[in-house]
Amino acid sequence: MTNVLTNRFHLKGAACDIQVYEQHGGYKALPKALKEFKPEQITEEVKKSVLRGRGGAGFPTGMKWSFVPKESKRPKYLVCNADESEPGTGKDRDLMRFDPHQLIEGMIIAGYALSSNTSYIYIRGEYWYIKEILEKAVAQAYAKGYLGKNILGSGFDHDLYVHPGAGAYICGEETALLESLEGKRGHPRLKPPFPAVVGLYGGPTVVNNVETLAVVPHIILNGGEWYKALGTEKSGGTKLFTVSGHVNRPGNYEVPMGYPLMSLINNECGGMLGGRKLKACIPGGSSVPILNAEDCEKMTLDYESAASVGTMLGSGGVIVMDETTDIFETTRNVTHFYKHESCGWCTPCREGTRWLYKVFERMHRYEGRPGDVELLYDLADKILGKSFCALGDAAAMPVQSAIKKFREDFERRIKHNIVQIQKAAD
Amino acid sequence: MLSQANEKKLDEIISHYPVKRSAILPALYLAQEEHGYVTDEDVKYLAQRLDMRVNEVEEVVTFYTMYSRKPVGKYKLQVCRTLSCMLMGAEQIAEHLEHKLKCGMNETTPDGKFTLMEVECLGYCDLAPCLQVNFDYHEKVTTESVDKLIESLK
Repeated sequence: MTNVLTNRFHLKGAACDIQVYEQHGGYKALPKALKEFKPEQITEEVKKSVLRGRGGAGFPTGMKWSFVPKESKRPKYLVCNADESEPGTGKDRDLMRFDPHQLIEGMIIAGYALSSNTSYIYIRGEYWYIKEILEKAVAQAYAKGYLGKNILGSGFDHDLYVHPGAGAYICGEETALLESLEGKRGHPRLKPPFPAVVGLYGGPTVVNNVETLAVVPHIILNGGEWYKALGTEKSGGTKLFTVSGHVNRPGNYEVPMGYPLMSLINNECGGMLGGRKLKACIPGGSSVPILNAEDCEKMTLDYESAASVGTMLGSGGVIVMDETTDIFETTRNVTHFYKHESCGWCTPCREGTRWLYKVFERMHRYEGRPGDVELLYDLADKILGKSFCALGDAAAMPVQSAIKKFREDFERRIKHNIVQIQKAAD
Repeated sequence: MLSQANEKKLDEIISHYPVKRSAILPALYLAQEEHGYVTDEDVKYLAQRLDMRVNEVEEVVTFYTMYSRKPVGKYKLQVCRTLSCMLMGAEQIAEHLEHKLKCGMNETTPDGKFTLMEVECLGYCDLAPCLQVNFDYHEKVTTESVDKLIESLK
């Protein structure tokens, strides 16, 4: 395992204390950034690292930062998206509860790069105890002069606040998150304008995932080229993957980009539970297309390889399913999730996810009508690319890919087919 | 109306933002902590306190699943139902709790002690199946460990 982001995890949370964090290499990058770098040089270094957003969309981080205008009449903001709620993902949870200062240090440096004086960590409400860990760490950082006015005599001021969400998956979408932070319902905003130009309170705003920001101190200390070289040519660095489901050792694992998916399952995770056979795997959180065992053999954990087998790296939530799993049932489960989490703003997503689930429900009772499998596929098609934000796509892609790869699990739910099967058996 | 201690906390929270309204989510947690749920008075009071209209507070409260507008049990037992937990047996945990407490989903036991809920992904996928009791997480739960947990909740 390559330890960059997880190199203090063995301290089992002791690094939450600022002294322990400092003893283990912490708050070395911040003074270096403030002394040796101009703000735009930090953005350049991040560009060299080819770091891409680790929340799910994979947008190049340095490029995102460079969209923020230098001069702005309104204050600029940095917002950390800690609303981790993509099913299958629990990596930001461990980054924050085991090493909160790593994130805070990354945020101060990012704030300096953007010439922003205020940042917020928007953390999902369920992670209340982690919010308390972060607040304690922030207070320690203030006491040491890493936050506040004139940080380490540099003339740069930065304030950081922790803000709780309240149980809405949609608030992980960056513009819905900003609406929520402004005290409203979490409805996504129309883009453009993008947040980098008009974001929080109308000011230029960068929203980055926890893992993305936690990488920043390492890029400053060791250089963008160094970080890039840890991974592949196009997908630089390392990434955290949360492995869940039917494996012997589920957990969070940091591996270099380009690491084979099957090695992660067989080595890090100790293989399949009970020695059973692999049937399917969702490699990037429940929103991305599902893979069959054959695809899994081919896939390495990087953006390009994921695309080549028709899926995405997403948030890095690897959900592993063995041969006993009914893919109809797992797809019904995630469809319920998207139906529940659709914010209700646009028609294709609000109505489409409900209608999808209605068909799933009757098939679940083995009362599927002839043509229901095609109906599901078609309904998903009517959502895909037609919704206001990406939640619609996230609901549609799992359904379509599951039908493509595991059609027999769906066909079994059609009443007509069951009668045929019974007749054949008699 | 909040307690003096919570009023002080709210003042501090409001100071984090350029507009008061941004404090509505944290403020609702304070109200809920004090009264067990978000009361009609809380909605009116917080609207006035944060320069919002009553309907604006109401639309926020009803959007986010972590707030309740009606009384709930002392312990909210929230069983995660989403994929990773489902794969590891969340349905059995949910059924077991329904039988044990003789209480359906989204219902409260007659003594007002427990409210049983099925919730969507809690972010403990690698530690599945998981259960949250109010704000406390319980990982890799089994029917046996859930029984012990229920006994320990007074």
